[in-house]
Amino acid sequence: MNPTFDIIIVGAGIVGAACAAECARAGLKVLVLDRGPIGGGTTGAGMGHLVVMDDSEAQFALTHYSRRLWNRLAPELPPSIEYEQCGTLWVAADEQEMAEVRRKASFYTRRGVEVEVLDGSGVAAAEPHLRRGLAGGLRVVEDAVIYPPCAARYLIELAIARKARLQIGAAVTAILPEGGVVLADGSRLSAGVVVNAAGPWSPALQTGLPVRKRKGHLAVTERYPGYVRHQIVELGYLKSAHSVGTDSVAFNVQPRKTGQILIGSSRQYTAEGTEINTPILQRMLQRALDYMPGLGQLAVTRCWAGHRAATPDKLPLIGPTPDHAKIWLATGHEGLGITTCLGTGKLLADLLLERPPEIPAEPYAPARLLRASATKPLQCATT
Amino acid sequence: MRDHVTISVNGKAVRVPPGTILAAAVAQAGVSSFRTSVRGEPRGPLCGMGVCFECCVTINGKAYSRSCLTLCEEGMEVKTNG
Amino acid sequence: MANQRLQSDVVVVGAGPTGIAAACAVAEHGMKVAVVDNSPWLGGQIWRGATTHPVPGRAGQWIDRLKRSGVSVLSNATAFAAPASHLLVAETPDGVLEITWNKLIAATGARERFLPFPGWTLPGVVGPGGLYAMVKLGWPVAGKRVVVAGSGPLLLAAADGLKQAGARVSLVAEQADWDHVLRFGKGLWRYPGKLLQGVGVKARLLGVPYRCGCWPVKAEGTAHVESVTLANGSSSWSEDCDYLACGFHLVPNVELPCLLGCALASGFVRVDALQLTSVPDVFCAGEPTGIGGADCALVEGQVAGLAAAGAEDQARTLFGRRATWHRFRTSLNQAFALRPELRHLATPDTFVCRCEDVRLADLKGCESLRAARLQTRCGMGSCQGRTCGAAVQFLFGWEPDSVRPPLFPVRLASLADESSHLDKPTLQTDNSLQA
Repeated sequence: MNPTFDIIIVGAGIVGAACAAECARAGLKVLVLDRGPIGGGTTGAGMGHLVVMDDSEAQFALTHYSRRLWNRLAPELPPSIEYEQCGTLWVAADEQEMAEVRRKASFYTRRGVEVEVLDGSGVAAAEPHLRRGLAGGLRVVEDAVIYPPCAARYLIELAIARKARLQIGAAVTAILPEGGVVLADGSRLSAGVVVNAAGPWSPALQTGLPVRKRKGHLAVTERYPGYVRHQIVELGYLKSAHSVGTDSVAFNVQPRKTGQILIGSSRQYTAEGTEINTPILQRMLQRALDYMPGLGQLAVTRCWAGHRAATPDKLPLIGPTPDHAKIWLATGHEGLGITTCLGTGKLLADLLLERPPEIPAEPYAPARLLRASATKPLQCATT
Repeated sequence: MRDHVTISVNGKAVRVPPGTILAAAVAQAGVSSFRTSVRGEPRGPLCGMGVCFECCVTINGKAYSRSCLTLCEEGMEVKTNG
Repeated sequence: MANQRLQSDVVVVGAGPTGIAAACAVAEHGMKVAVVDNSPWLGGQIWRGATTHPVPGRAGQWIDRLKRSGVSVLSNATAFAAPASHLLVAETPDGVLEITWNKLIAATGARERFLPFPGWTLPGVVGPGGLYAMVKLGWPVAGKRVVVAGSGPLLLAAADGLKQAGARVSLVAEQADWDHVLRFGKGLWRYPGKLLQGVGVKARLLGVPYRCGCWPVKAEGTAHVESVTLANGSSSWSEDCDYLACGFHLVPNVELPCLLGCALASGFVRVDALQLTSVPDVFCAGEPTGIGGADCALVEGQVAGLAAAGAEDQARTLFGRRATWHRFRTSLNQAFALRPELRHLATPDTFVCRCEDVRLADLKGCESLRAARLQTRCGMGSCQGRTCGAAVQFLFGWEPDSVRPPLFPVRLASLADESSHLDKPTLQTDNSLQA
């Protein structure tokens, strides 16, 4: 029997949406499924920062590639996506962190990423509301911010314009090794390949997937246009994102195009629910006040929490699973899903169609982590 | 107790009896637009009880202050966005 | 920042009739009680003004009783979080107030329901209760022409109060049909106090037409409302006005009970005979348990206060009186049920979410409240969905989401403030690197 679809993508978050757009563009028959609204998971909870990162060459390659794709797409993006190339300002509190600034500057400059090193007065001029006495910072000029739920919808609509189909309110309960999915109502849909793009929920469909939920909190203010001009991140953020198995916070604020200020960030490993965890929210806000004391007087309208999908090596899983040729992955993007969804979509489509990808795909291959857990074979949930 | 309170609304002095809410003083100053909405429309109080946030003005430099829940105090400086 | 910590046997949230009655009951039984209210005054909405302007009748009497009973009143304190068991955090003008309590009584009242129709966002379109409440504290309406529209007995109470304040109330337009209202009016013989009240109102409103079965379809004006078009299903006509006081009955303020984990039934807080919610030590009384008006609120507040103070036998003596008011409550809500035509007043350009200026057209293609929130920011503004939430629930059947702190927008410093009462889990320091 011929499968109904070439590709079924489980998850209409921004990663699933980007994969759908690319696969549909390549002429594949695509179906996207989600039990909830477009971008209703991690995508709707996150910050929407388009950022190059230099944790590793592989992380840099994917974020840089993806950021280039976003910046190329920017002129076509509708206003609802609120794309703004405000740049990132990494701030250094002391000389040790300034050494890190210089290392990053050198790393990025050698790879063609435009940056600017600022001293203490330069940082104060760039962001007048930062506290006095910071050692300096690094401006990454072409980083940007977007509003993720509308971006996910835009990508889905691109896919639909290329004949893809979308089913909202369709909960997938199992992925079938022979190519297909089972829905909550018991019905089955067949496909040449199923892509698990369910983010933090991807392990629910495939036991043994090395993806863990990593909870984060955010707060958003009323509109204070111009109060913050860049996405400002403390260099300690990298320690927070690095740490495995501990709760941590880091100063991270974003100016929304609306004039609202988004304040983060926190990371927790063992917190399953999306309720507000007050102690960590307070720690996060106090960290923000350390760097930007004036924030204290601004009105916060909402706080929320969500989960990122984290892998042990901080790189996503993009490509076929080693044991099941018809089950592919596009998940595990941790805090970089918004940035890297476009690169992920392209890589996935390239791999599916056996086209040479623009960047090496091996670092993100699921086989790198799944072979290692040979004692715990990857199993698919069955109804 | 004084028999009146004087505040300024957009630089204009307004005299009201004690116990008057700020929203009333703004209305007495002849201002009908308390704030400008996201799409640029004039807005005034709707619920009168601090729920709708349409009556928000800037009081002594603090933005997003609900004028319907604030009593006039001598010397208050109020700016509307409308 | 000036932060305060307070310990109280009972904390009452809301200083309207319910909260006042509850607090009196607790204090008169010798227990320590604090009342927290987000406004500068006592009385909530319908008894507002009793502290700043002389208010005759029972409002003044109850407030005197409250003052004599030694209750701590914390005005300008907005409860916004409940981060630990038996801990309530409120924002004050100068800082944060943390209250540890043994029992909590949620007396958070109700707000008016606003439904979108073309022109409803014009300045001068105000809730009837809202306009009356502001008039009590100085809003100028003398000589102004007011059309009162929407639904519920509040329309008449507001029209009465506005007329007493010198407004020219030209019409009261009730959307419920005449036979529903008549049946309700005829049933008032069971509640003599209410009947007298109604007769008094009617007498004072002599000369003001009270038309049933009609509703506003459009408000017009340049920078302020100047006229309203009303319809009755077969014809429509315009009325000039300086104010359109329009509200469609009441919506319970259940946000604090929900934050505390209280179960709801049909959108109201579920309580037992002693006004105890599904959460131990948390009581709820008045409008959040059902829209019943001041008489219902007073007796429920007293039951909750007595129960919280451990005087359950005395609370039971009020059950008969409460049952009477519950019957009134049922007939009230049946009489003023909203007609389906009200779902179709908004045009594609009409704003549904006022905080974020989301139009009806923007909501097309959103299959759920969550989708609407994410795609359009509907409900994500300052009012946290209190205004548009009631509207989209009526228009589309979208049920409200779960409630998170802060219950109202607060200063970031207030949210950041650490409570020493919280059990802090042992957290790693920020700078530790783990393999």
